[in-house]
Amino acid sequence: MNWLLVVEQCLNGLQFGVMLFLMAAGLTLVFGIMNLVNLAHGSLYMVGAYLATAALSWTSSFLAAAVFALAGTLLVGMLVEVIALRTLYERDHLDQVLATFGLILFFNEAVAIVWGRAALFTTVPRALAGHVELLPGIRYPAYRAVIILVGLAVALLLYVLVNHTRLGMLIRAGASNRTMVAALGVNIRLLYTVVFGFGAALAALGGLMAGPIYTVLPGMGEEILIQVFVVIVIGGIGSIRGALAGAVIVGMVDTLGRAFLKPMLSTVIGPSAADNAGPALASMLIYILMAAVLAFRPQGLFPAVRG
Amino acid sequence: MRSRARTLTVAAGLLALGLVPAAAALANEPFYLDLFRRIMIFAIAAVSLDLILGFGGMVSFGHAAYLGIGAYAVAIPAFYGIHSGLVQWPLAIALSALAALAIGAVSLRTSGMSFIMITLAFAQMLYYLGISINAWGADDGMRLARRSQFGGVLDLTNAYVFYYVVFGLLVAILALGHRLVHARFGMVIRAAKSNEPRMRAIGFSPFRYKLTAFVIAGAVGGLAGALLTNQTEYLTPSYMHWTRSGDIMVMVILGGMGTLYGPVLGAVAFMLLEDILSAWTVHWQVVLGPMLVLVVLYARRGLYGLLPGGAARDV
Amino acid sequence: MRALKITAVLALVAAVLVGPAARAAEPVKIGFITSLSGPAGIIGKHMKDSVELALDHLGRKVGGLDVDMIYGDDQRKPDVGKQLADEMLKKHKVNFVSGIIWSNVMLAVAPTVTGAGTFMIGTNAGPHELAGKMCNELYFTTSWQNDQTPEAMGKYMQDQSINDVYVMAPNYAAGKDMVNGFKRYFKGRIVDEVYTKLGQQDYQAEISQLRGKNPKAVFVFYPGDMGIQFLKQYAQAGLRDQVPLYSVYTVDEISLPAVGEAALGNYETRYWSPDLKNEANARYVGDFKKKFGYTPSFYGAQSYDGILLIDSAIRAVKGDLSNKKGMTAAMRKADFKSTRGKFTYNVNHHPIQNFYLLRAVKASGGDVEMQIQKTVFENHKDAYSQECPMKW
Repeated sequence: MNWLLVVEQCLNGLQFGVMLFLMAAGLTLVFGIMNLVNLAHGSLYMVGAYLATAALSWTSSFLAAAVFALAGTLLVGMLVEVIALRTLYERDHLDQVLATFGLILFFNEAVAIVWGRAALFTTVPRALAGHVELLPGIRYPAYRAVIILVGLAVALLLYVLVNHTRLGMLIRAGASNRTMVAALGVNIRLLYTVVFGFGAALAALGGLMAGPIYTVLPGMGEEILIQVFVVIVIGGIGSIRGALAGAVIVGMVDTLGRAFLKPMLSTVIGPSAADNAGPALASMLIYILMAAVLAFRPQGLFPAVRG
Repeated sequence: MRSRARTLTVAAGLLALGLVPAAAALANEPFYLDLFRRIMIFAIAAVSLDLILGFGGMVSFGHAAYLGIGAYAVAIPAFYGIHSGLVQWPLAIALSALAALAIGAVSLRTSGMSFIMITLAFAQMLYYLGISINAWGADDGMRLARRSQFGGVLDLTNAYVFYYVVFGLLVAILALGHRLVHARFGMVIRAAKSNEPRMRAIGFSPFRYKLTAFVIAGAVGGLAGALLTNQTEYLTPSYMHWTRSGDIMVMVILGGMGTLYGPVLGAVAFMLLEDILSAWTVHWQVVLGPMLVLVVLYARRGLYGLLPGGAARDV
Repeated sequence: MRALKITAVLALVAAVLVGPAARAAEPVKIGFITSLSGPAGIIGKHMKDSVELALDHLGRKVGGLDVDMIYGDDQRKPDVGKQLADEMLKKHKVNFVSGIIWSNVMLAVAPTVTGAGTFMIGTNAGPHELAGKMCNELYFTTSWQNDQTPEAMGKYMQDQSINDVYVMAPNYAAGKDMVNGFKRYFKGRIVDEVYTKLGQQDYQAEISQLRGKNPKAVFVFYPGDMGIQFLKQYAQAGLRDQVPLYSVYTVDEISLPAVGEAALGNYETRYWSPDLKNEANARYVGDFKKKFGYTPSFYGAQSYDGILLIDSAIRAVKGDLSNKKGMTAAMRKADFKSTRGKFTYNVNHHPIQNFYLLRAVKASGGDVEMQIQKTVFENHKDAYSQECPMKW
């Protein structure tokens, strides 16, 4: 067993998980507090990636591009919330799914109008274009190491925010019992808009960091969105802790499954059968995992405490 | 109770569809025969989705999986030399019904968000299974060796015969749907959509009715898949991709949810728009998106609601 | 009433008389299928721009006829490509279908087009099936047969006595052809053969696996967007100075502008390069850079040649598009000024041509570009022509 390889794949799984977490955190907050299923969350991820790529081509500074993308997507998110989503809060989930699906179509086409249908290729900042020697024998791409650090930092930040600030208290209260919070005189509308904007910024952070790895194209949000929903279902709706746990689990299971399932299977059923079965099973793993969680613990691993 | 205007509208619409081959021949545009045949196949799929989505309130994002199964049930036997439609099409219906039974039995125990996610998950699993089987073309897919044969009675290679076969099936499905929706079965489904606890209190077991509806919808979806692969003469796992489910859902929403005939209109509108508008601009979906949002919010009966008789409360 | 009848008869007579003349003025309709959206869109742009340049060079007339170019986007999907072909044949009633980057799309489209009695002029994909048993009178390609290019690299690496090679390619028709071609001439030890999903963007996991196997060299086939991503990630993982990377269709005028130094010094094999010295190529590359502001790739050169091939065929039959046998005979002569220089067609309508070793080097301007180092194969034939039943 090549342990260095296992460690490296675990890092890859962690990096993927951290990306999922950035998306899942915003989505689960919105779902938990506003009871809103927002399929267009992936579109915010995409908008973040596009704005960062555009700003990078103007300023050649990754940092400036990142700030621009975050601010821009925050704005777009809040606009979408005020214009389109406010009417959806009272509606049932079916309506929300269908309406936000319409938003996906709109956003995908809108970016195609501005930037064209062909994918955009963007680069990592020069300073991070190399590798770091994490352990003797493990050369890990510096950029991906930074992604992991940023993701963990955001997780820490969110923890502090949710547990030790007044805003966080409102968020937790709203997730448990939103009517009570409104009755207590809190400006619910403003709270909702702030939460949504915050979620949009997180999605944008995921998008702008993903751009150099995945290429930037219309529809890039939908591919990751399904996996984000799997994360939320596994982790538990409305809980940031659940989003982090779910994200890391999904990231690890998916990456390690793709890496090691085929070689493991080929010792059991032979290499040519494993050639077909391995990748198939590896792709299906996270969905099987989700189905299992839904069967045995439908509220998820770390559900938000319901008041 | 049943509006005369609506009956006339539906009859007129079906008549128009029936006359398309003649119109296409007169205008010497055989392409439009193909196009409308394709539209009708998706209309069948959309009607089947409306049964569970519009009437039953079950948001299944995995409906395309049944089209895929139906397509495979035709293309795989053809790959091995079995071209008889009398074997392939019943197989398509049976396999999709079975899949719907299995998926529904598990998924219908959940509701709301979980239901959506789990139907999506199952569809994705089938898709990944499809792309990994190298013998059947894997991700590339494969050509259909020959269109389904019906022993010389029906020649699907004849564009007109194939058109009327699809047309006949569409009319039959609509008739079946109409009977179902107006029968007690349909009433239970619709009642369960609006208030499930009440249904249980009265003594119904909504689960069994919902599952039956799910299976019927899956079976019809499988038939649509069999027709689709005959139409395109190609098989690809991407028929099962969740974005295809999304396309069918758009047709249902656009046409009018829970109207049975609306989805046919939705399919016509969506695919005609795609054909016409894409000649002018590739970006027509930027208008479609907001339009869908507005339809969901303010015009539940979609395009169908705009037609004479369409706004009537009863289907 | 009589007046009406006479007018009708006169009109009919006039139509019959004017008919042939009117037909002669009808434009030639060419459908061009390529990938214009998504990650593969960058290749489609190269091809479309080259087609437009070819039309410019021909004075916007192909074979002396006005031309109606209909572009289609296959989105890298075989079923979409086939649907496009059906539409071009039935709705637009094209006389030629051309283009197609991806072998899986070609395998879906070519039989459809030739089955309808229309010419299919491929300008990139070269699946072995169409060079062998499925060769067809109406199917020509201006590119190559897939296996040929990796055969050249296999030979080079074999001659260099390189051993312990790790092989990677996308899992579709061409990916398999490339690996087969490589193994036909490379007889050393292959550590592992890994197929990834077509269109995959993130290769970090596979790169980790690769490192774990400790190969002495890596051979990959990652065209277009996949190459851009792979090359960048290979460099970022710190593998460039540890394990040398050899490739086909990966380091080229598509990926170099995006990856630059990350591919400096890499070797490839190819039938063409922008610095290939002949008159037609000098004109093509020079005018292309002037008009579009970037260096053209082989995808473009092939598409340019495709239009010229069609032009030569229509000229040979003096504009009579119904004379398909005549056009086939004309195309077989390859009687046009190709960007690769003079070449002949094999019995299966695939070119017999040279293959060169290329290297990514720093040009005088500071950019990294491909330059020919030496010739690996001269007048190389593909390995499938024996299976083709056509004789001429």
